[in-house]
Amino acid sequence: MIVQALAFYLFAGILTLSALMVISARNPVHSVLFLILAFFNAAGLFVLLGAEFVGLILVIVYVGAVAVLFLFVVMMLDISFSDLRKGAMQYVPIGLGIGGILLGELMIIYGGWKFAPNMSENLAAPLLRFESSSNTQSLGMILYTDYVLAFQLAGLVLFVAMVGAIVLTHRTRAGVRRQSVAEQQKRRPEDVLEIRKITSRTGV
Amino acid sequence: MISDFNLVPLLPEIFMALTGMGLLIVGVSQGNRATPVICAAAGAALSIAALVLLSLGWDAQTVMNGMFRFDEFAGFMKLLVLIGLIASLALSSRYLTQEDMARFEYPILIIFAGIGMMMMISANNFLTLYMGLELQSLSLYVLAAFQRYSVRSAEAGIKYFILGALSSGMLLFGISLIYGFSGTLDFTVLGKTIIGLEQIPIGLTIGLVFLLAGIAFKISAAPFHMWTPDVYHGAPTSVTALFAIVPKVAAFALLMRLLFQPFADMQEDWFQIIYFLSVFSMVIGAFAAIAQENLKRLMAYSSIGNMGYALIGIAAGTAQGAGAVVLYLMIYIVMTAGVFAVILHMRRQGLAVAKIDNLAGLSKTEPALAYGMLILMFSMSGIPPAAGFFGKLAIFNAAMNEGLYVLAVLGVVTSVVAAFYYLRIVKVMFFDEPADSFDKNEGSFARRVVLIVSVLFVIGFIIKPSILYECAMHAASALFTVAG
Repeated sequence: MIVQALAFYLFAGILTLSALMVISARNPVHSVLFLILAFFNAAGLFVLLGAEFVGLILVIVYVGAVAVLFLFVVMMLDISFSDLRKGAMQYVPIGLGIGGILLGELMIIYGGWKFAPNMSENLAAPLLRFESSSNTQSLGMILYTDYVLAFQLAGLVLFVAMVGAIVLTHRTRAGVRRQSVAEQQKRRPEDVLEIRKITSRTGV
Repeated sequence: MISDFNLVPLLPEIFMALTGMGLLIVGVSQGNRATPVICAAAGAALSIAALVLLSLGWDAQTVMNGMFRFDEFAGFMKLLVLIGLIASLALSSRYLTQEDMARFEYPILIIFAGIGMMMMISANNFLTLYMGLELQSLSLYVLAAFQRYSVRSAEAGIKYFILGALSSGMLLFGISLIYGFSGTLDFTVLGKTIIGLEQIPIGLTIGLVFLLAGIAFKISAAPFHMWTPDVYHGAPTSVTALFAIVPKVAAFALLMRLLFQPFADMQEDWFQIIYFLSVFSMVIGAFAAIAQENLKRLMAYSSIGNMGYALIGIAAGTAQGAGAVVLYLMIYIVMTAGVFAVILHMRRQGLAVAKIDNLAGLSKTEPALAYGMLILMFSMSGIPPAAGFFGKLAIFNAAMNEGLYVLAVLGVVTSVVAAFYYLRIVKVMFFDEPADSFDKNEGSFARRVVLIVSVLFVIGFIIKPSILYECAMHAASALFTVAG
């Protein structure tokens, strides 16, 4: 029990600190690296909760793909981050104000928190059938059956994201030589080859 | 396997998704030349979806593991959304080629936004709610930035995206608090949980506050309206028309389902929030619009004000109030479609203009258009016998029956203030020196049809107001029957 609590505070503490560093680090590459650290700690928190599948997915997807993509973007785009940060200080007071209010609200929520009387029944209802199976297994059983609608909708959201990215960034450039398979297939030897008999020492 | 697996109530959505993807393939193989054809096909697909919707049995049922609820309310609101989408497609098709943004993705994004809205309307679970909301918002963000060589359009897209993401964050935070409290995402179970409570705990209330803040952003109710004028102004005008006409209907349907079904027992808590939003929106919509010179910005403030009036009906909290909201939204989308048909007509030397001054002397240069706009403006400001009057009458009537005198009086006062800027447009059209006439618009047949239908609806509503009123009341009463 004490080990769990220790691990929780360790992960949560590092998570908060690295999140702070993400927005305050001077070098954007350091920011991304801190973001990766934050993801790892969040994954640790998931594992502590017994959701090992979600934790691992977080590491694979966010660290493995998203953060690396961020890193590429930061390195490839020539953005002057110090310019972006200019004038950001003037928003600090209002930001702190709003953050303070939210923190106060959170503390009020935490202080007066009560669960609904039938909370644990509600929580257990979708998983009654899977009491004996592991976390990953039951996730697999439930994702494509009970939650098939949400799953398909998520697919549509990603589809629209893809279409949107193409709409907003794709442009046809003039003067690009593209391979045209149809043209290549249509070529016949007689169109492009000329066979001549050449006697020696006369030239073409 | 799930026990309530039944795809029949989802047929319109499934049909739209499949056609959207099919049209995308056509577009990819044919290129942007095919845009007019795809626009027409998308319009036809939406009409077929509406017919499919009408042919379904509209009895209340919950399917797909309780995630999708279909009842008379959902059916009616979906029909409104589909009509709005068809109208905005009809308004856009000519504008796209005129503004050199005729890309085939445009109608396809509209279809997918439509699927998102219909999911929002039918959501019976926070998961489907959020997925529908994101599907709709994501398509709309892209549409706002569709004219990507225009700085304004890009700015509108980015502004909408960032603020939309923020509002989604608030919504999710609220949902997480509600889930943490009740242990369920399902509206039906949540409703039962809340009914059983002796006292509402603070965590649930704050969750509801965040949830409402997120949705208020989507319906652009003040004080969450800051994005509206800039986005409406910057986005291409045909997209502005879409923004003004359709998404609000879906967001309102969602709000009504949430407040009248799972959170019905927390009425004292949400009443104050809705009250405040309503008052603020009406005041901002009336006073901030006075100084506007641009018609698109003016329509933005007008839509904020109109959302304020519609919120009065929710604040009333009765079936009558809900019916009034449905009626109000129905009249609102028809009027707005007509007004945007006029705005889209305004072009000089091949460029779109949208200043109020550009309308000067329209009664001399294009009398038919001027009289159409006159009728629409009278209706917007709520002057009888135009349809807009009946919408407001139903809302205020519902408010008075519940004793919400302050709201009703404030609604009337702000309507009078708002009448100033609607009638100013009439004054500019009829009494100012004529400006140069607008370009001749060839091939804008669909837009003309939208304008004519809208004007006829506004005038003809008085002939038999009871039909649509009864329909709206009937649809809204489905919200108040006990969820099965």
